[in-house]
Amino acid sequence: MRHHLVLRVVSKMLIPFILLFGLYVQFHGDFGPGGGFQAGVIFAAAFILYALVFGDDQARKVVPDKALILLVPLGLLIYALTGFAGILLGGKFLDYDVLSSDPTHGQHLGILVIELGVGITVTAVMISIFRAYAGRTKAIDKEDW
Amino acid sequence: MNFIMPHLPVLQVAIPLIAAPICVLFTFGGHRKVAWLFTLAVSWVCFLIAGALLSRVLLDTDISYAIGNWPPPFGIEYRVDPINAFVLLIISGISAIALPFARLSVEKEIETDRHILFYTSYLLCLTGLLGVTITGDAFNIFVFLEISSLSTYVLIATGVRQDRRALTAAYNYLILGTIGATFFVIGIGLLYMVTGTLNIADLAERLQPLSDNRVVHAGFAFIVIGMGLKLALFPMHVWLPNAYTYAPSLVTVFLAATSTKVSVYVLLRFLFTVFGPSYDFVNLTFEFVLLPLAIVAMFAGSITAIFQTNAKRLFAYSSVAQLGYMMLGVALSNIPGLMATILHIFNHALMKGALFMALGCVMYRLGTVSLGSMKGLGRSMPWTMGALILGGLSLIGVPGTVGFISKWHLILGTLEAGFWPIAILIVASSLLAVIYIWKIVEVAYLEKEINQEKTLKEAPISMLAPLWVLVILNFYFGIDADLTTWVARNVAETFLGGES
Repeated sequence: MRHHLVLRVVSKMLIPFILLFGLYVQFHGDFGPGGGFQAGVIFAAAFILYALVFGDDQARKVVPDKALILLVPLGLLIYALTGFAGILLGGKFLDYDVLSSDPTHGQHLGILVIELGVGITVTAVMISIFRAYAGRTKAIDKEDW
Repeated sequence: MNFIMPHLPVLQVAIPLIAAPICVLFTFGGHRKVAWLFTLAVSWVCFLIAGALLSRVLLDTDISYAIGNWPPPFGIEYRVDPINAFVLLIISGISAIALPFARLSVEKEIETDRHILFYTSYLLCLTGLLGVTITGDAFNIFVFLEISSLSTYVLIATGVRQDRRALTAAYNYLILGTIGATFFVIGIGLLYMVTGTLNIADLAERLQPLSDNRVVHAGFAFIVIGMGLKLALFPMHVWLPNAYTYAPSLVTVFLAATSTKVSVYVLLRFLFTVFGPSYDFVNLTFEFVLLPLAIVAMFAGSITAIFQTNAKRLFAYSSVAQLGYMMLGVALSNIPGLMATILHIFNHALMKGALFMALGCVMYRLGTVSLGSMKGLGRSMPWTMGALILGGLSLIGVPGTVGFISKWHLILGTLEAGFWPIAILIVASSLLAVIYIWKIVEVAYLEKEINQEKTLKEAPISMLAPLWVLVILNFYFGIDADLTTWVARNVAETFLGGES
């Protein structure tokens, strides 16, 4: 991809905006359309674009495989622990009312936290799925193509 | 303790669910043994919770738990009554017994770098199966069904180290399992379209005046077909033999004993709680769809089993036949028939658990379970083969074993329904089971050992102990069936209670 100058420059310019838009969809999800899943996919799209243009090896330096193994369960843990927090604070499982003194605020807080968990897991899973396929070409040498 | 008690229904599912991501974290440092111990501990906790739930619903009343404090029917409700508490106990009990057996078996059969992710998938599968069973929300059933199915495909594919055909078996199951789940969710969607509710109790109520509605009929058909695929009802069983044969031993034990049973439970739930035999189309389904298919399954499964050369595949086909017995009990839709189905869910889990575990021991020592390589194995591995034969006796239905209890009630059911020729067919198909069990006896005890120079040792004690626990349970509940029949009668009466 070294010779694709236009692609490299354009994607370098676009990637920060894709990430920003992902964060917007994530945190504006409780007021407008959006939420953790969509945001996670958009966020992952930035990393996948980077990998497509600059190569899989380069992308693995940005987000190492070990980080992905940590991030995939981390999102789910955030979600489930929010559920358990509901029990510990005297409510039911996933009961957001008790998370704050004001139930409405509690609901807001709860949905924000679990959507963050969803966003993290979806981002990491999307990148992992991409890598599972992108990484397979390594078995074949460049000369053999 | 008082603080935890009201939350038991959700903890039953939430504990294995949160355990799965925690288990992944053991990859940092590669704590394989810790991952196994952790999974074992979680299984036992689930088993204790299931026991507490069952004793509470049997002695007290049904439990309802509103997730997120959204009252049913608007929010998701977890509803525990005797039938699903019983199934919960079976799932978590088998898991608790199978996991001590797992460590050496997994060590031998699965590539080392995959162990931790294997246990993670196992925990997710457990979560899914428990969730399907406990939830009182139709769409939630689908969600948990997907969790358990997706993790099952992964678990089956990990058998690739033993035999690369595990990959095609997993893929095959993925395609058919997805079709099954899709049909199920289409059915749920149609019912939601006419009633506007997903809560099972509410659904049952709102469907009452709609028995002539075409959309309801279509939804019912989709659900029965979808679940039929998932529970491997003949002729939708084609995914099952390969999946059981090429999966790692632990996975086969766990799936054979629990996963199809959970699908049977879901079908029962829809046939009896949501619809009920008072609907004409449900009765027609019993008489013209389930009854013939169940009888064909009993024979097709057993006859195919006779001609198998791989012991795991032999018992996989026998499972198809056994599912036929369960469906026959459903199709009779009278008290002894339904009791037989519910008893057989439990009893079949005990016998198939024991049989596949014994084959897991053979796999551990021999690396194969083809009948040809098991020649004379009764002499070098007496405890393993002894357990296999005793489990086989239970499968045939010899008096004193659990198999006899379920078949006895099944025959009572056919007689009560006035279908006495079917009673003869049940006995005839049991005789077919004698033939394929005898094949194993012949190979294991009456033939000469093939490799006499290489001395085979008995399987290690950590694998034999869980195996013999299951074998003893096979006989214990075969002799003292009071507890199981009491639960089964209780459930069958609730299911058929609304009829008259």
